[in-house]
Amino acid sequence: MAAKLKTGNSIRRSTRHWAWLFILPVFAAFCIGFIGPFIQGMYLSLCSFRLVSNAQFVGFSNFATALADESFQHSFWYTALTAVVSLVLINVLAFTVAYVLTQNIKGSNLFRTVFFMPNLIGGIVLGYIWSMIFDGILRAYNTSILLNTTYGFWGLIILMCWQQVGYMMIIYIAGLQAVPEDMLEAAKIDGATKLQTLFKVTIPNVMPSITICMFLSLTNGFKLFDQNLALTGGLPYIIQPDGNTINTTEMLALNIFNTFYGSATAARGVAQAKAVIFFVLVAALGLAQLYYTRRREVQQ
Amino acid sequence: MAKTKEQTLAAERRTKTTLSVTLAIICIAWVLPMVAVIINSFKKNTFVKTETFALPTAESFAGWDNFIKGMTFGNYPFASSALYSVIITVLSVALILVFCSMAAWYIQRVNSLFCKIVYYLCVFSMVVPFQMVMFTLSRTAYVLHMDNPFTIPIIYLGFGAGLAIFMFSGFVKAIPLEIEEAAAIDGCGPVRTFFLVVLPMLKPTLISVGILEIMWVWNDYLLPYLVLDTNEYRTIPIHIQYLKGSYGTVDLGATMALILLAIIPVVAFYLACQKHIIKGVAAGAVKG
Repeated sequence: MAAKLKTGNSIRRSTRHWAWLFILPVFAAFCIGFIGPFIQGMYLSLCSFRLVSNAQFVGFSNFATALADESFQHSFWYTALTAVVSLVLINVLAFTVAYVLTQNIKGSNLFRTVFFMPNLIGGIVLGYIWSMIFDGILRAYNTSILLNTTYGFWGLIILMCWQQVGYMMIIYIAGLQAVPEDMLEAAKIDGATKLQTLFKVTIPNVMPSITICMFLSLTNGFKLFDQNLALTGGLPYIIQPDGNTINTTEMLALNIFNTFYGSATAARGVAQAKAVIFFVLVAALGLAQLYYTRRREVQQ
Repeated sequence: MAKTKEQTLAAERRTKTTLSVTLAIICIAWVLPMVAVIINSFKKNTFVKTETFALPTAESFAGWDNFIKGMTFGNYPFASSALYSVIITVLSVALILVFCSMAAWYIQRVNSLFCKIVYYLCVFSMVVPFQMVMFTLSRTAYVLHMDNPFTIPIIYLGFGAGLAIFMFSGFVKAIPLEIEEAAAIDGCGPVRTFFLVVLPMLKPTLISVGILEIMWVWNDYLLPYLVLDTNEYRTIPIHIQYLKGSYGTVDLGATMALILLAIIPVVAFYLACQKHIIKGVAAGAVKG
């Protein structure tokens, strides 16, 4: 160990002076593309502004306005519902398919190829494809996905499943293939049925994959934007008694986008405050994921 | 006893066949949306709405008209959008791969306080959603005149650095120091050590990260939409979304033709590098 540290030291000494080449270009881009905008965004959430040049510090009032905004509350619950429902469906489907595909059946490579394919198509294109399909079906009933909140909701869920099942399936397959063969063998010799083996041996062994996939689909659900924009764009909307409109299928990310750019008189400070709240939510999910996956690593 | 064994084997074979057939049916259902795009891209506009799931008939068949019309449809040439998409993706991914692998190596080997700060900032940036920085980032890009396809890769390098540096760091850690030591003794400076010794060893990681970044940049809509001057420059997702903007008057046949053109390169890319893509996705998921 000491010897290794020493070797490392000589590399460190000779490399040290090359920071300007190795790390500064990325750091400069990182400041432009992330750190600068992030800090400025944090500050602007405490300001009242339409253009950055006339920003005025107002403290936390933007946050109060944002939290009291009914459309924001609606989009939060709608997002949470979408995320949870899609999480359950995607993971159940993906795990089932992965489990079947690892049972040595014919054509499993082809099936895997097909299931994964939609994942590479971008959200905007996906939304457009599915809006054509749903409207093709709903036309027979004289309605459209843009006219009905329930159809809009399930339409988005179907789209998300189509896109993400293949992705999660890949992770589950990797997990399932790593289940020790001798454990399965032992269960078989002990007379366990297939179902018992699945629940008592296989699933406990793929728990790390399950944790990863659950968090991935949850954060994917919370951050969803392109698909939401292209499929329904938040429609249909309802007008509240107090004159505010609520887009019934609008998720958090789209709500923030619309608050920023939706109207000519937009209060961008409120939009930035919403973005900060959104950031805290997503970051909390990310940290929870890190905590759970790390804890498991320590246990192993 | 022997008979029961034979029976169980036969039963197992039957189950497997049933599973294969069921999956085959689900697979067919899985590709139906894409089939719908293909058949509708050959239909005349009005028939896309009324007979979405029917094959084109003599009456509704439009031939290549939709594709010809789609090329100039939406007041912006589709070929330009495709070209800008390619330019942005290639430049951004190249920048990210070269500079982030360099930075990750430097961070791991030098490990100074500055390195640690940069590394943790990178990890932190991975949990920040784009909406948080979207307004200020697009304004920064505007102020710095980075609103064209040749400068937007710098923005992508900055915003994408987190995941790339994080992934590269994990793999650099696994490279034994002795190899670099040997290179140093043989007279290689840090630059040559990195490019001639370390980089070739990182090849599998370069492919994995490259694929994740390609999928991200190629399909990204919001960042280029907010950063680019969209009257001058569009990418394929922006182009498709602008078509939808003119809803009601939109020619659905031509739109479907463009969607088909947008999907074909993606599917071709997937079929050509399937193995790497699946490996990259699995690696990215476990890391990120």
